[in-house]
Amino acid sequence: MSPWIVGFTVFFGYPLVTTAYLSFTHYDLLSSPHWVGLANYRYLFTTDQTVWPAVRNTLWFIAIAVPLQVFFALGISIMLSRARRGVGVFRTIFYLPALAPPVAATLGFVYLLNPATGPVNTILGKLGIEGPLWFDSPQWAKPSLTLLALWGIGNTMIIFLAAVLDVPRHLYESAELDGAGYFSRLWYVTLPTISPVILFAVVIGVIEGLQYFTQAYVAASVAGGSASYSAESANSLGYPEDSTLFYPVLLYQQGFRYFNMGYASAMAMLLLAVAFGLTFLIVRNSRRFVHYQAPGR
Amino acid sequence: MTRVLMVTLLLALAFTVTACGGGSKSSATGTNAGPANITMWTPFVDPELKTLKLVVQDFEAKHPGIHVKVIGGTNDDKIVAAIRGGNAPDVAQSFSSDNTGAFCPSGAWADLGPYMDRDGVNESIFPEAPRQYTEFEGTRCALPMLADTYGLYYNKKLLAQAGYKTPPKTISQLTAMAKKLTQRDSSGKLKVVGFNPFPSWYENVPAHFGPSWGATWMDGDKSALNTPAWQDQLKWQKSLIDWYGYDNLVRFNAGAGDEFSESNAFETGKVAMHMDGEWRVAFIKREHPELDYATAPFPVADDKADLYGAGYVTGSIIGIPKTSKHKDQAWLLVKYLGTNANALAKLSNGIQNVPTTTDSLKSPALAPLPQFRTFLTVFGDANTTTTPITRIGAANQETFQSFISKYLSGSKTDLEGGLAGVDKQIDAQLKQAEAGQAP
Repeated sequence: MSPWIVGFTVFFGYPLVTTAYLSFTHYDLLSSPHWVGLANYRYLFTTDQTVWPAVRNTLWFIAIAVPLQVFFALGISIMLSRARRGVGVFRTIFYLPALAPPVAATLGFVYLLNPATGPVNTILGKLGIEGPLWFDSPQWAKPSLTLLALWGIGNTMIIFLAAVLDVPRHLYESAELDGAGYFSRLWYVTLPTISPVILFAVVIGVIEGLQYFTQAYVAASVAGGSASYSAESANSLGYPEDSTLFYPVLLYQQGFRYFNMGYASAMAMLLLAVAFGLTFLIVRNSRRFVHYQAPGR
Repeated sequence: MTRVLMVTLLLALAFTVTACGGGSKSSATGTNAGPANITMWTPFVDPELKTLKLVVQDFEAKHPGIHVKVIGGTNDDKIVAAIRGGNAPDVAQSFSSDNTGAFCPSGAWADLGPYMDRDGVNESIFPEAPRQYTEFEGTRCALPMLADTYGLYYNKKLLAQAGYKTPPKTISQLTAMAKKLTQRDSSGKLKVVGFNPFPSWYENVPAHFGPSWGATWMDGDKSALNTPAWQDQLKWQKSLIDWYGYDNLVRFNAGAGDEFSESNAFETGKVAMHMDGEWRVAFIKREHPELDYATAPFPVADDKADLYGAGYVTGSIIGIPKTSKHKDQAWLLVKYLGTNANALAKLSNGIQNVPTTTDSLKSPALAPLPQFRTFLTVFGDANTTTTPITRIGAANQETFQSFISKYLSGSKTDLEGGLAGVDKQIDAQLKQAEAGQAP
């Protein structure tokens, strides 16, 4: 048996089949799963009032943060590809945040954006501007998380940079001979050539957006504080006012805080179906704007 | 197209599947309490852990041959994972009495009824509230081990400066004093807050406020939060928040220290009156012995004067995970820590938590600090209540809190409609959990 079969079965096949099975059961983690048919799915689609706000938060992140991440990473990589001096230093500076563990990075941002004592609002205050409440405001919590996401685009930026540097020079030269300016060359040469990489970044961005969890969990727990001594676990998931209650956070809450793993499994299956559906749609529609170079150029 | 399908499926699979393992089976109860090495998990960390270890040493001295390894800093997630993995400790302590509704019906914690019958331990040795939060639907899988009660802490110096000699007894007194005690700096920012009513700040959760309004949670097996008592409680909280300005309080809270740190806002004099648990007495003694403060029962609604003296109670629970191989020895330890008056008094003296049997409350060994006495009386008050144990753990409280945070910030304005919605949502959660139970 080849190793990939073992890896696939252990890490993907078994968990997928188990999750699919558990989604049809009531399973409190402590006693054996009990078959309930489609009850979890009925509850998910017809009764649970927390699902829609969580879906809306996740969609917000995918619609706003993911495109911004792609534009930002692309912009930085194009700028870096044109830098003449100190290229190594700039690449390192822009890549470094990607190495910060998500929990540490989130803690750092919550500190920086603390509305009372954080350096950002302190500086704004000195300029006579009353800074927003950032992670403590339902209007600003998701934009704050977006800033954090933009800060950490190093990985995407490096992939874009490699693609931009890989665009054949003769294409630019031909375009220049035809009288194309900088923006025309960017629009008609660079972007079409690297479009498969952009597609990759969008697909990965959307899937990661669907799974967005760690930063939201940490930011809500730290900014929200909680009556945690007697209640033990943080009760601030989604703080403030459920604005950071993303779909995976709700899934975690159901599975591990409310001992409702059967229902959480149904939520996971829906997430899988949506991830599959969105990825399929993006890949299928990409043919209109993604340009693949002919082999053996 | 097939290739596209395959690639997308693989991508989706690779990024979204979460693993969930299976359950484990329970082992039989032994009957022999001979020599054994057993393990106890506790959420306590030093310095509380040291006190617990001293009491466990007393137990070992009384039971030669039984050696207990005490491991601190654990939590319910770890206990659940260990039970599922078959390597749980012999004795587990949890700070979350809400989880009794999961531990008891699932059998994850062993039924203590047979042991109590055998050894003649009657549950009437515990006051009503701790009795409630350690059993579920007739199965007692835990004993209370120390309780937490809540009351009012007030800074005597700040009150004296404002001309007050006694703490407030009613909510209108609390409100008037809170306003007078509040200080703002020249730019209007809050410097000292008389009483901070912000939702979920430190100990500000509905469970802790409810008893002062006589508010309850359930009517039979249905959620019943749309009541005049809860409406009054929330209207008061909102009016005080509005007086401070919601955003002003957010900024104040963001600059106040962490609850469980030396920079706690009450301990540092940034808050004049404060709702908190009895444990704060020990924290203040350790962190800010210079603080001139006193405690009192939490003020009650003006039309519920007879409730004065009562409060909210919850507490630690202790039980035997079903996977324990030394259940008889484990029971001896659970019995010792849960029912021995001297052990509870010693724990209470060291940790400053409320001892949980009627006997231990009167124990001559009990040496409470003066500020701690308030909590002993609150604990013993006939009107002191706890939150009901349900199959959905803390989900009902958290669903309630989610609405409360929106109402108090002003983003939801229909209080009655909102509370009715919360009841509906909790009932659906209860029904969903009930429907899944094996027949």
